[in-house]
Amino acid sequence: MSGFAAGLCAAVLPLLAAGFWLGRRTARPPGPGDLGTPVEHATFRTLHTASLAAPPLRAGLTEETARKSARRLRSLLGTDALCLTDNTRVLVWDGVGAHHRTEIIKRIAGPLDTGRGEVFRLTCRAPDCPVRWAVVAPLTVDDRVHGALVACAPRESAVLARAAAEVARWVSVQLELAELDRSRTRLIEAEIRALRAQISPHFVYNSLSVIASFVRTDPERARELLLEFAEFTRYSFRRHGTFTTLADELHAIEQYLSLARARFGDRLAVTLQIAPEVLPVTLPFLCLQPLVENAVKHGLEGRAGTCHIQITAQDAGAEALVVIEDDGAGMDPDLLRRILAGDESPSGGIGLSNADDRLRQVYGDDHGLVIETAPGAGMKITVRLPKYQPGVHSSGHLGQLGQD
Amino acid sequence: MNSAYTVPAVALVAVATAFVGAFGLRISRTTSDFYVASRTVGPRLNAAAISGEYLSAASFLGVAGLVLLQGPDMLWYPVGYTAGYLVLLLFVAAPLRRSGAYTLPDFAEARLASRGVRRLAGVFVVGVGWLYLLPQLQGAGLTLAVLTGAPDALGAVIVAVVVVATVAAGGMRSITFVQAFQYWLKLTALLVPALFLLLAWQHDGAPRHPFAEPAAFRDQRTVRVDDTLDLRLDAPLTVTVDGTVDGRAHHDRTVTLPAGPHRVTAGTRLTFPEGAQVPEAEPVRPGTATASPAAGAEQRPLYATYGLILATFLGTMGLPHVVVRFYTSPHGVAARRTTVAVLALTGAFYLLPPLYGALGRLYTPELALTGKADAAVLLLPERMIGGAGGDLLGALVAGGAFAAFLSTASGLAIAVAGVLTQDMLPGRGALPARAVRRFRLGTVLAVAVPLVASVPAGSPPVADAVGLAFAVSASSFCPLLLLGIWWRRLTPPGAAAGMLAGGGGALLAAGATMAGLTGPGPLHTLLAWPALWSVPLGFLTMMLVSLATPGRVPDGTAAVLARLHLPEQLRTQAAS
Repeated sequence: MSGFAAGLCAAVLPLLAAGFWLGRRTARPPGPGDLGTPVEHATFRTLHTASLAAPPLRAGLTEETARKSARRLRSLLGTDALCLTDNTRVLVWDGVGAHHRTEIIKRIAGPLDTGRGEVFRLTCRAPDCPVRWAVVAPLTVDDRVHGALVACAPRESAVLARAAAEVARWVSVQLELAELDRSRTRLIEAEIRALRAQISPHFVYNSLSVIASFVRTDPERARELLLEFAEFTRYSFRRHGTFTTLADELHAIEQYLSLARARFGDRLAVTLQIAPEVLPVTLPFLCLQPLVENAVKHGLEGRAGTCHIQITAQDAGAEALVVIEDDGAGMDPDLLRRILAGDESPSGGIGLSNADDRLRQVYGDDHGLVIETAPGAGMKITVRLPKYQPGVHSSGHLGQLGQD
Repeated sequence: MNSAYTVPAVALVAVATAFVGAFGLRISRTTSDFYVASRTVGPRLNAAAISGEYLSAASFLGVAGLVLLQGPDMLWYPVGYTAGYLVLLLFVAAPLRRSGAYTLPDFAEARLASRGVRRLAGVFVVGVGWLYLLPQLQGAGLTLAVLTGAPDALGAVIVAVVVVATVAAGGMRSITFVQAFQYWLKLTALLVPALFLLLAWQHDGAPRHPFAEPAAFRDQRTVRVDDTLDLRLDAPLTVTVDGTVDGRAHHDRTVTLPAGPHRVTAGTRLTFPEGAQVPEAEPVRPGTATASPAAGAEQRPLYATYGLILATFLGTMGLPHVVVRFYTSPHGVAARRTTVAVLALTGAFYLLPPLYGALGRLYTPELALTGKADAAVLLLPERMIGGAGGDLLGALVAGGAFAAFLSTASGLAIAVAGVLTQDMLPGRGALPARAVRRFRLGTVLAVAVPLVASVPAGSPPVADAVGLAFAVSASSFCPLLLLGIWWRRLTPPGAAAGMLAGGGGALLAAGATMAGLTGPGPLHTLLAWPALWSVPLGFLTMMLVSLATPGRVPDGTAAVLARLHLPEQLRTQAAS
């Protein structure tokens, strides 16, 4: 039996190998040798070189990116030396004749000022120096000159001047794209800052009225509540850091609930079940409190009985699982979907879509809110918080969000 | 051994573990005790949890077994297991916590901003985890076989099933409490019998035996040899043989064996006279000519001791299940305090196994011949005290041993499964149900692979097998952590190359040793204790490649290092 199997293998293996090879050969994309005229050929090669030079420049014009792209740009122009500068210094010199650095810097001040290209003769005492002429083409982003591309050649050449100008324009486009990337990152950061949860005005109003009602009857209680209110507002108004720890967030929720209890009394029953391992987890600041506020609102809406709210935080491997559940009025799933998609302005739960947006911004689309609800069936909100996420630190500033 | 007490004891441990795991959460129903419910874990509780997770079968059974086999040289094991935390305390604990990393791959990514290095670190976490799980499962098999006569693989299967069931079902909801409970259980299970054993020893007239000399039989003792083995006699020995020695069958005859090597066939019964020295024994494995790593003392040269010291001192910081526990500390200072408490707790624990080993040399020296030296801890209470009391104490020890398997194996399973689900298994999803399913798949995979591997792998003493896991960790993660925390010129290519050279080399050596590919001799010694060459190799490669790629130093290095080293209160004060 095993002999048969071995024989079968021996027979099948070469067949498989032959089929693989044949498939590879027929499916291989046509190489440069297989097509076109020499002109097309050259076009392809040029485009290829250009595409190789593009990625480093997309990170902006620095010494490192200039160094990475200069070799490709030089082979694109076919000159003996090529140099990239910013407004004050030479970033990289690729090719021969690097002793002209200082001279170049002096001579390009004019073109950098005017933003127009120039061709000039270099002064050189070395008799065998192959670099005699320099073509300067400024690099402009949004009509502002950021640097220059200098191509050096043994003799004056109109073709080189033209080519250098074109390559400089192409480099400028890459730099503009880099600028675009940067502003996109800034936009995301600004968006996150704008998305910062704000405590709802209703809450401020309600809390103050409740406290006012206690001032005469129970001044001590009123004082305690006022302190809780002060603590809570201090937490939510703080300016530093986009992130907080689960422990701090739960503390804020505790303050919020004690104010809510003052208002609703025994109608509010809250159970908290926390695995202490997940308390150090970092999460976007004021991201869970709106969910609890939402649960309180839904739990008490349009009914007289007690509202039960359960908050659990479990340890689930590399993630923490936070569940907030109420047994209140629930919601039509379609309406909820529209609210989360931003198509309908929410009447009740103001924080839901905001929290969802911020979670998705920080942790990616896999980590939005998961809500299970139906009219009259309560609502269960599940949040999955990764214990570690690059760039998320509880008291640091926003890391490199949006770059990966 | 009377299994009437043992089986309930083991079952009780399993049930208690599941119970504490499922219901040990802090629950509050009034807002007034919210504060209690949301309080972070204190250093002492966390330290007990770390110790509970850390003290494995190797510590509970293996150390005593090795001391019995080879005497005081093996005291380096408990010293190394404890001292690893000193290195962790001095160089790693607080910065690691401040990095915000949960696992070692997280740290690699946080420090080097490289997905590639992260993935590579994940591979090593899985490798170390599997290497470490293997002896846990084998130890469980041995324990059950000694206690109840069950087949060897059964205990491994039971532990694997219990671990997968509790971990995959989310039964470890309050893992800190479970592991802390396990620590105190393990300490009790060794301490209480140890006190009784000491009393019995005192009652026996406090016999002493020079520690450095080979053990000797204190009375006439019959030993049944289960696996064929080679004896090496330094002097002629007179024994009563019932079975086959050197190919000649004897029936209850007194034979004098001359000095030199002798082969005893499986199933033979040897009766040693009082005062006879326990001969050096070496099991013969069918098909291979491999010496077990715990062969005679002269086969364990000084080199091996140094390798062991290096591996245990530097390997502790890279153990995946230990590292994740530090995340529970709220900040760096708490992490440091936790480590100090861990040093105290493990230090206290490790006083006990050598005691068992020493008593084992006196009272159960024949275990060295049966290849079951690791069972010394389990058998001593019955041997020295006997009766119902001995049985009860034996059951307590057995319960503790199972606690050791369960806690370490479940901690490792969680750590390995976490890395598998996060970085290796395909298909991520938004729904919690899908995430749970992937985690379960990861858990099954994390336990199944070492379980399958435990069948063909020979059974080196558990402490030695764990030593290999330490060596791999010391040569891959120790350079990554130490250089990552203390050297700003580390680059992603350097880290990857260092881990591959050091850790990869150690991993290959461990695999070759486990599979028995190495013959006896210096090559085997080099591969069985790889730390002495693989740790420097890892460090050197990491530094040289980093220096050769200065352009690849990650952009945010200064900021990351500042975060690792600045105390938190400075940062928050500056911010608020």
